[in-house]
Amino acid sequence: METNQKKESLWTPFINGLVKENPTFVLMLGMCPTLAVTTSAINGLGMGLTTTVVLMLSNIIISALRNIIPDKVRIPAFIVIIASFVTIVGQFLEAYLPALNSALGMFIPLIVVNCIILGRAEAFASKHGVMASAMDGLGMGLGFSVALTLIGCVREILGSFSVFGISFKEPLESIGMTPIAIFVMAPGAFFVLAGLNALMSVIRDKQLAAGKESKIRAGSCSHDCASCGEDGCAHRFYDEKGQDKPVGKKD
Amino acid sequence: MSTLSELLIIAIGSALVSNVVLSQFYGLCPFLGVSKQLKTAVGMGLAVIFVITLASLVAGVIYQFLLQPFGLEYLKTIVFILVIAALVQFVEMFLKKQIPSLYQSLGVYLPLITTNCAVLGTALTNVQEEYSILYGVVNGFATAVGFAIAICILAGIREKMRYNNVPKAFQGMPIVLVTAGLMAIAFCGFSGLL
Repeated sequence: METNQKKESLWTPFINGLVKENPTFVLMLGMCPTLAVTTSAINGLGMGLTTTVVLMLSNIIISALRNIIPDKVRIPAFIVIIASFVTIVGQFLEAYLPALNSALGMFIPLIVVNCIILGRAEAFASKHGVMASAMDGLGMGLGFSVALTLIGCVREILGSFSVFGISFKEPLESIGMTPIAIFVMAPGAFFVLAGLNALMSVIRDKQLAAGKESKIRAGSCSHDCASCGEDGCAHRFYDEKGQDKPVGKKD
Repeated sequence: MSTLSELLIIAIGSALVSNVVLSQFYGLCPFLGVSKQLKTAVGMGLAVIFVITLASLVAGVIYQFLLQPFGLEYLKTIVFILVIAALVQFVEMFLKKQIPSLYQSLGVYLPLITTNCAVLGTALTNVQEEYSILYGVVNGFATAVGFAIAICILAGIREKMRYNNVPKAFQGMPIVLVTAGLMAIAFCGFSGLL
């Protein structure tokens, strides 16, 4: 019985990250890479998995060091740990997967400033054990990967009539259909995300109408980081008046 | 080609043709979040110009005189993010003590900029494109001006849009994203400039 409970408690953060608090669809975090790299499904998947690795490793280390890192310097300490793993993963990709590395370009080093990773470090890893934090990182990372792959699929199908590089352009063009090229260009990213946000706000309204509590952010993340009080986003650790006292922790 | 015309081409390219938010997707958080009013958007734009220009200079100096001579280029991500975070703190403390009036208008935005990916993105682009320090600073300044232009236009549109009748599902963030998408289409028009 006791072992069962322990198993359950490890799966909880995993499922939580994958479905209930999906970083992209529900928490609306990490929008820069979401928009930039989802021009194709395979790029979305690559970015998602790269972020997963960094998120999981940094969660493990931060969780293991959570009683050693002094509270006042924890944000710089987290950033150094995350940046180290991003560098390691970046070097690995450069050596073994150069095609993916050049497709993702600058967004590999920019994983350092991805809200999801610092957000999970602060909201979860710095308060929970190593195993739970690893599962949380894995769940959140895979949730991010699934979301990016789905968005990538939609954009690739609409914008270039192919999915995962398998093209079905010819049969469709022979019946007089042309791909909507704008979906693989920069403006298309904004339109896809706008449609997605609208869909999530409809779901949220339905959940609220049914009397349930909804975790979906009202109208998505307000992106008003200065006054954002919600869990998970990195920007909330600074308060509006520009003082270095974190507002994330109540004293 | 003379240095001046090269610099001009870099500046126009970074500010308009490959606009930092609308085609590169750096710095979306402040772009979408701090664009409710024109006044705050101008403040944010100025703060970003200030920080990115300064960060490009400091990052360029550190890369050229510290990382390159010792063959430590692979540490650039870690070094740059720490330098930027420290720089923003110092600038904030300096402004608070020395120029309170400037701090009043820019101060609230400064801490938000540390984790803005436009700053780190620009510093890394400068290194990747192998710009000299002068070129890097010009590129950083132009990139930030591009950000300021985009956020001010969006804020202006949003101020007008407040009185429009938007479908319920699209209220709030979705309509802002649609607006940003239309702006991105408009900025595609600049690609003929260079």
